[in-house]
Amino acid sequence: MNGSFTIPKFRLPTFVANLGQKLPQWPHALALVAGLNAALKMKLLPQSELALLEGKLFRVRILDTGGEASYTYANGLFRPVFRPQREPDLAFAAHLSAYLQLLSRQEDPDTLFFNRELEITGDTELGLIVKNMLDAVEWPKFSASLPVFRH
Amino acid sequence: MILARAIRLTRINGKPAALAILARLIFRMSAMTSLPDLVCPAGSLPALKAAVDNGADAVYLGFKNDTNARNFAGLNFDAKTMADGIRYAHAKGREVLLAINTFPQAGRVADWQKAVDAAVDQGVDAIILADIGLLDYARHRHPRQRLHLSVQGSATSYEAINFCQREFGIRRAVLPRVLTLAQVENVIKNTPVEIEVFGFGSLCVMNEGRCWLSSYACGESPNTVGACSPAKYVKWDKKPGAMETRLNGVLIDRFGDDEPAGYPTLCKGRFEVQGETYYALEEPTSLNVLEILPDILKIGVRAIKVEGRQRSPTYVAQVTRTLRAALDSLRDGSERFHVKPAWQAELSKVSEGSQATLGAYSRPWR
Repeated sequence: MNGSFTIPKFRLPTFVANLGQKLPQWPHALALVAGLNAALKMKLLPQSELALLEGKLFRVRILDTGGEASYTYANGLFRPVFRPQREPDLAFAAHLSAYLQLLSRQEDPDTLFFNRELEITGDTELGLIVKNMLDAVEWPKFSASLPVFRH
Repeated sequence: MILARAIRLTRINGKPAALAILARLIFRMSAMTSLPDLVCPAGSLPALKAAVDNGADAVYLGFKNDTNARNFAGLNFDAKTMADGIRYAHAKGREVLLAINTFPQAGRVADWQKAVDAAVDQGVDAIILADIGLLDYARHRHPRQRLHLSVQGSATSYEAINFCQREFGIRRAVLPRVLTLAQVENVIKNTPVEIEVFGFGSLCVMNEGRCWLSSYACGESPNTVGACSPAKYVKWDKKPGAMETRLNGVLIDRFGDDEPAGYPTLCKGRFEVQGETYYALEEPTSLNVLEILPDILKIGVRAIKVEGRQRSPTYVAQVTRTLRAALDSLRDGSERFHVKPAWQAELSKVSEGSQATLGAYSRPWR
């Protein structure tokens, strides 16, 4: 309904996931944590909600790339967890297109959840805190210049 | 009244903003048909801005506590973000309505009264209240503050609404989603109070302001803690080929991998009744009045409300711009109105359970 670039719903071929699962997973975790810490540095995430994430283990799984990243939040920083020793407190699983649609605020997380394109398991209240925290972030204007962040 | 609002805003704002607002108001005044206000939800500052930027006439919001019925972790407004939001909305000539729509709990009445005082201090355009004790407090403590009767007040008859107008001076009432269109029209004909109805959003059993189903499973419900099925009691369990939803251990539903999901509330669960398992109370679904928008306009509804303060800024933008476009297309009269497939597609996509209904509005029986 808006004329700008939109991210379509897509699935990467199965061989991508098969291949992705065989590749090292640490780059995903590092990249994700770097992004989250950049948001921290810009003071985009509210302190009151961040305190509720302390010591929790998170896992983000991208179904069609076979990639996954585990991380935690401790002492004011997001940190990668390369070999998680336990089940995560909160786990997200979705295809790449759903994550891109979420990040660009093209689709609503509840919509993706109702349509079974986003799976959230574990501590539901923690999931709600994370969702509402990200919803309340006022992303800086520069993001509008990247096609993926336009909507 | 519109002119008075324009003059007030002209005084408050700088020149360019004032001119834009005046132009908008003059356009609206000269329009052939006067439209109901589009009232949209805001659970966060970005959601508020999304509503305003996409054409809401008013936004409604709540404090970060149990004085409102969407008391979820990380949602709602503290004093600073509320002040920022009110400034943003007022600068663009839109109204801000504040919901204090839960019921004061024993021994804590002062918390709800303080919320009313804080809302007045913030300068909101109206406070939406459900509890008659609180309405009485607001009426006497802040006689100039505009008050609306919340849907949680559960007033479905004009007698109930006129009572609240006489006793508490309410200017608007939000009708529960249980009346047919003909019944809504009958209420409007018999009250001087403005009538607001729901136009889009998740439906539940609609025993509004009186529902204790959530408490049955977990001891907490909207009227007591400001949340239906609080997240701390909800468990989504992934099983091979299915996902199970439990509320405090009570199995609510089991979705196959290709089935749409809904919120984890008891009223939308599938239960075994006399050997059959089905949605015994109702299916997960959303209300969508696009089809009957001209009728809603014709009977004199003053405002149309969108449900969903718990949803993201994306949802708010999607629903607001769709309903704005539909309402604006009615300016030239309802004869040429037709529901565009793109509007329907946008609203269907964000609907709970991926399906929508006209709800009680089109109920053929009474």
